Amino acid sequence: MEISLTINGKNYQREVDETKNLLHFLREDLGLTGTKEGCGAGECGACSVLLNGRPVNSCLVLAVEANNCEIRTVEGEAVNGELSDLQKALHKHHAVQCGFCTPGMIISIRALLEKNPQPDEPEIKQAIEGNLCRCTGYKQIIEAVLDLTGQLDQKEELTHA
Amino acid sequence: MSNSVVAPEQKEKQRAEAGLKYVGKNLERQEGIPKVKGQAIYIDDIQPEGCLYGRTVRSPEPRGEIVDIVFEPGIPWDEFVIVKPEDIPGENICAMIKNEIPFLADDEVKYKGEPLALIAHEDQQMVDRAINHITVKMKTDGYPAFFTIDEARSKQQVQYGEDNVLCSYQIEDGDLQAEFDKADLIVENHYKTKAQEHLYIEPQGIIAEVVPGEQVTVRGSLQCPYYITGALANLFAIDETSVRVIQTTTGGAFGGKEDYPSILAGHAALLSLKSGGRPVKMVYGREEDLLATTKRHPSDTTVRAAFDKQGKMLALEMDFALNGGAYPTLTSTVLSRGLLHSFGPYNWPAVNLQARAYMTNSTPFSAFRGFGAPQSIYALELLLNEAAEQLQLDPAELRRRNFLQPGDSMPTGQVIKEQIDLEQLMDRALEKIDYRRKKQEFAVFNRENDYKKRGISLATFFHGSGFTGDGEEKLASRAGVKISSENPLEILVANVEFGQGIHTGFVQIAAETCNLPPELIEVIEQDTDKVPNSGPTVASRSTMVVGRLVQDACEELVEELKNTAGLPDDFTTEDFLAASKNYLNSYGELYKEVQHHDPPEEQWDEENYRGSAYSGYAWSCDVVAVELDMIDYRVKITDFVSTVEAGQLINPDMAAGQIEGGIVQAIGYTLFENVVLEEGVMKNNHYADYIIPTAADVPSIDVEFIEFPLKNYGPYKAKGIGELPFDGPAPAIAGAVALALDKQFITLIPLLPETIHDTLSKLEETTDA
Repeated sequence: MEISLTINGKNYQREVDETKNLLHFLREDLGLTGTKEGCGAGECGACSVLLNGRPVNSCLVLAVEANNCEIRTVEGEAVNGELSDLQKALHKHHAVQCGFCTPGMIISIRALLEKNPQPDEPEIKQAIEGNLCRCTGYKQIIEAVLDLTGQLDQKEELTHA
Repeated sequence: MSNSVVAPEQKEKQRAEAGLKYVGKNLERQEGIPKVKGQAIYIDDIQPEGCLYGRTVRSPEPRGEIVDIVFEPGIPWDEFVIVKPEDIPGENICAMIKNEIPFLADDEVKYKGEPLALIAHEDQQMVDRAINHITVKMKTDGYPAFFTIDEARSKQQVQYGEDNVLCSYQIEDGDLQAEFDKADLIVENHYKTKAQEHLYIEPQGIIAEVVPGEQVTVRGSLQCPYYITGALANLFAIDETSVRVIQTTTGGAFGGKEDYPSILAGHAALLSLKSGGRPVKMVYGREEDLLATTKRHPSDTTVRAAFDKQGKMLALEMDFALNGGAYPTLTSTVLSRGLLHSFGPYNWPAVNLQARAYMTNSTPFSAFRGFGAPQSIYALELLLNEAAEQLQLDPAELRRRNFLQPGDSMPTGQVIKEQIDLEQLMDRALEKIDYRRKKQEFAVFNRENDYKKRGISLATFFHGSGFTGDGEEKLASRAGVKISSENPLEILVANVEFGQGIHTGFVQIAAETCNLPPELIEVIEQDTDKVPNSGPTVASRSTMVVGRLVQDACEELVEELKNTAGLPDDFTTEDFLAASKNYLNSYGELYKEVQHHDPPEEQWDEENYRGSAYSGYAWSCDVVAVELDMIDYRVKITDFVSTVEAGQLINPDMAAGQIEGGIVQAIGYTLFENVVLEEGVMKNNHYADYIIPTAADVPSIDVEFIEFPLKNYGPYKAKGIGELPFDGPAPAIAGAVALALDKQFITLIPLLPETIHDTLSKLEETTDA
């Protein structure tokens, strides 16, 4: 069927197979390969995107379900090629290693910050607990978010709950 | 250490006094910006024109003879490319250490899930559907299978050699009997660890293109480009230079992309050849990745040790066994490294250490961060806690009384030449966690509380950098640097970036040596047509061994510019750039390549297993506090301190990221990650039922680096760091849980709630009886 949706502020109209999930639609039909497939079963969070502002696993959403929706992916994070403050913070804190979970991680943190501009550490952990990372041990990711929200100086050492 | 002009001691000293400009700084990750933008290209992001999608037909039985592969009706099989063993132009053997792994099983199948045939089609959905319409008929009568070390040892069936032993090693030192005779205390116990899945977040994937008469080209997610050139040369009976391997951005590896990509590359390449040269893409889904690829070796270890009443270690006996699975893979080197880490950083007057790996009909086990060391260290460290208890010594005190000192020998005869101070390393960790106070408070807490129990424990350990023994000498790695018309400086190495930050490290080393800002330095992509063979990206070797080659090559390049292009002795960045320009104008590009040779004092006797097992060791102490819930037996880590000595850190933030990430992966190994093997195959092959740590599961991890004065080996005295953090957490956590359980010693990991429950139930039964 034909769907119409907005992705990173741009309108798309496409004919799409009704069985195709949003992840494959983004990657294969639109070439937006920043969103990654880690399991295809909604378990790892690598394919996280914002659907009408809410983080979802795009492998569990059919493309047709996104008809008339607003989607945001990692490609919408930098503006005119300039890194967002969140991307800069992750880069600065070495919160990216292999990078495969990073796009999904960015989406989940973005969703958190839009609701809560000054999340504390348990709130950050809760927001990204659906995004598996096998490289970093998460500490540098959490530090990046604390720094971004002006909370790192007061908290030299993380006091993880 | 190489045929290059090695920087004289004096020069090193001057530079150290001058302070380092780029090494030791937290330079941002070279490829960090494309990664945060989602622009880094991983293998599944590449969609070649006319690409076919490949799948693997696998054995439904753990052992047997293939009778028939039935392609069921209802699928347009004539549209498919189908590869069977008879389509292999060269040898049906994936060359690793022992050449015994077929790309496709031919006569006898040795494990469930073993590749038998390959199919490909241009429609991915079609190929995914078709793979479920193939029936493999097998004869299993007369082919019994076994899966455990115990079964292999029993020799009720012998499938490999005379005794199912894939490989074995032994270290003997001192007069064992005399030391046991002197003992005031002898402690013995038996320890087991289970398999672990790497669970890199990006699954395995390869795209191959084999146009008849042209070069074989392979791109993919991998650690060791030059392992694949060798494997495919053998498979196609062609020269190794006719195979081109290009690494794509690799989404985690941890050893899981050391040897397996050679097999997957072979599969994709065979399909491509059969299709007449179309590109073939094989990217595993998560289920297939977990089912088919290698895992960490399960282990089974008996340790017996003798002590005098002051707590002096006298003698150590160990029988260290690994389950190797159906084929040898890299098991012999894993076993060897496990053995060479089994005695810990202690002074043992006598040892008899035996290591054996057994063949079973399980999916082959192979390389995983730590490489055998986590298993043997787990057994030793827990035994030391039991000994301390019986000697009425604090476990830290027992270790303190026996630490290796500068000038001491390891049981291999390797003399400790660096100025190590393990007491300082341990004391700093104990101080940071407030060990003594916590231990006292926990004793009170545990008396007063029935439903929560607390414990604290530690592990001290080392990890050798680089290939074991004479492995580096045999590898004879080559690395190069170049002043080209495109870039002020290029680094040419085969070592890949898979998240560990090695390319950033190489840039910092080259920047330091050439006094050149990092942004002017380019790491050339890992394409075997472009870079020399600097060896595999494994064994905590890239920083220490290859980093040193980069430094040496830069030193040679600087010397050349001094001799021919007017570079002054004490040069600025501008001087370097001006001299480079002179050189380019007069002579063209300047390329310097160096080759590794072991230093003369680092010799290894493979026959007797004596000598310098590793040219450099990193040292560490983990101290862990836990709270155990006595209702549901869940373990919560409340404090984790790790002190680490790894020489000069090239990039301290990235080094901390390696330690923190390694510790969290090892916490998973210890507390959550339970590979359920059914007929030798991972049954719980989904994220949903194989639990790795999430952000919500991780404790506070406090990492502190300490630097000992060192002998001059790695680049700017740096050592390897990638695997070290995996070695300590399991025994430290298990020791803390044991203390929480009033010293009911733990012998098995993972410590799932049910494991703890069963351990306690068994103890109660024993007590009741």
